[in-house]
Amino acid sequence: MDSRDWIRDGLRAVAGGLIAIPLAALNLPLFVLSVATLILGVVPFLGMVLFPLVTMLVRARANLARQLAGRAGVPIARPYRPLPEGGRIGPWRYYKWMLTDPATWRDLAWLVPGAVIGITLGALVLAVPLYGLEGALLIPLWIWLGTGWYGYGAIWPFDTVGDAFLSLPQGAVILSIGLAGAPYLRRVDALFTRLLLAPTRNAELRLRVSHLTVTRADTVDAQAAELRRIERDLHDGAQVRLVSLGMTIGMAEEMVEADPAGARKLLAEARETSTAALADLRHLVRGIHPPVLAERGLDGAVRALALALPIPITVETALPGRLDTPVESAAYFAVAEALANTTRHSFAHNARVDLWHTGSTLVMQVSDDGLGGADPSTGSGLRGIERRLAAFDGTMSLSSPPGGPTVVTMELPCASFSPKTTPSSGTG
Amino acid sequence: MRVVLAEDHALLRDGLTRLLTAHDCEVVAAVDNGPALLPALMEHRPDVAVVDVRLPPTFTDEGLQAAITARGVIPGMPVLVLSQHVEPLYARELLSDRIGGVGYLLKDRISHVAQFVDAVRRVASGGTAMDPEVVYQLLARRQSPLSALTVREREVLGQMAEGRSNGAIATKLFIGEKAVSKHINNIFTKLDLPPSDDDNRRVLAVLTYLHA
Repeated sequence: MDSRDWIRDGLRAVAGGLIAIPLAALNLPLFVLSVATLILGVVPFLGMVLFPLVTMLVRARANLARQLAGRAGVPIARPYRPLPEGGRIGPWRYYKWMLTDPATWRDLAWLVPGAVIGITLGALVLAVPLYGLEGALLIPLWIWLGTGWYGYGAIWPFDTVGDAFLSLPQGAVILSIGLAGAPYLRRVDALFTRLLLAPTRNAELRLRVSHLTVTRADTVDAQAAELRRIERDLHDGAQVRLVSLGMTIGMAEEMVEADPAGARKLLAEARETSTAALADLRHLVRGIHPPVLAERGLDGAVRALALALPIPITVETALPGRLDTPVESAAYFAVAEALANTTRHSFAHNARVDLWHTGSTLVMQVSDDGLGGADPSTGSGLRGIERRLAAFDGTMSLSSPPGGPTVVTMELPCASFSPKTTPSSGTG
Repeated sequence: MRVVLAEDHALLRDGLTRLLTAHDCEVVAAVDNGPALLPALMEHRPDVAVVDVRLPPTFTDEGLQAAITARGVIPGMPVLVLSQHVEPLYARELLSDRIGGVGYLLKDRISHVAQFVDAVRRVASGGTAMDPEVVYQLLARRQSPLSALTVREREVLGQMAEGRSNGAIATKLFIGEKAVSKHINNIFTKLDLPPSDDDNRRVLAVLTYLHA
């Protein structure tokens, strides 16, 4: 690691410790408030009004702790049960919803130990580098100014001026140790936070179910819409042309003896119609599952796509083999949509696609040197990508500052890469 | 003319055999899968191979791979590749050995029998036959080394890629044959193509076109 990196990380961790101390101190009044409202719960109505209010405060504080832990490299999901169906509910059910959620009680249990650990570790994170700084800077200055001093670090008390100057290297070492150790101490704090504030296995499963319910509904909707589109395309395209083809050939059959020249003209027309029907079908097939994807996998299909787009696109891939067909298809259409957005909106001169994998996650990155300023809330294309990926627990993130560059990063968990090409049915 | 045919659908295999036989071609072998193609080509050394891209057992691009492998063993062996869809990527791979005798057409084109048979003959004699669809997809690109060419020169290059002779290009674009050779000379100059015998330069021009 670059030396500047660890100094930056260390300073960031020290700042984190500085913020953590007052925040942790907040836990104590919150705890007192919570206990008080629980006791007041015996008084009708009063508890019902106060408890949810205080719980909301505790949750806000716990969520903040989760966020800070996430910054220290320990991501923690929110464990709370979703509100019961219907959104708006009465105060009694609201009270019950909060009271029966185990996460409420785990939050409460975290408040006091969280405060103790948070303040202790925060103070340690601050104190060590500060002490080092004192040794490195203050002592020589004070000596120069003529102020007396008693001792520092291992030398206590100072006997000579030389002893005092030794505080400088000692201070530098302590400062380095303090900065280097600070991120680890923050991490310990975050790990402790996770111990009580992370969802339990049960809560995790419950959250997973509600996530799956949403993505399944989205997927089913999207597929139904896709099937309707295919039906309409077939109905208005290839089917019409085949009917017309049959009619033309039938007419030619009738005319063949009486008017051979006319029959020949009709047959030529029939041939044109068959070509048009094939073109319709080809276009349709490309939208369902591009043949080049079946033949070459994600790597080849993205390269073929890049060749067909109007701006130069660099494609770099590092994939060990073929993906499972559904994942491969989702990945391809996500990249295609991202590239379509690039060529449509960004006014880019160049774009690039990078495909690689880390562990069992496929990472796809589409970047361009265009105008930037892309906003996922306005672009239906980016929404579509998100939906497509969500069906496989994939995610999309977008960085597009005004003036560019735009970078779309998409991740898809994929079970495996098969080294060989997978057979698929169909014709060439 | 001796032809080796590779096509997995019996309907199309029989149809193509009948069509080619009716136009003075002898189909010396007709295979229905990828692994059988290479041995057939090695055994018969045909004047031209007509090959479907997607073949059993993997139904991926076995036909294309076999054709490219065969051209590695017998350089310049004429191959006409047929497919339900065309990809400029495949065209580029087919032409990458920079030797002529390559065709790449949509199966749709078979219905225009005279033109199809003409394409088979052209490929057999070392020319090229690129599908207009490939050419169209490439023309859709905005920026490329070809941006130095005028619209007319790009049209002529496209016709060249499809495999037309100067006379045919002149007729198609409603210009004189002299104008066509003038455009072609300009194209060669603008694309910095080294002087060599005419046919090879045409292939190189087409290749630049495909790499653009």
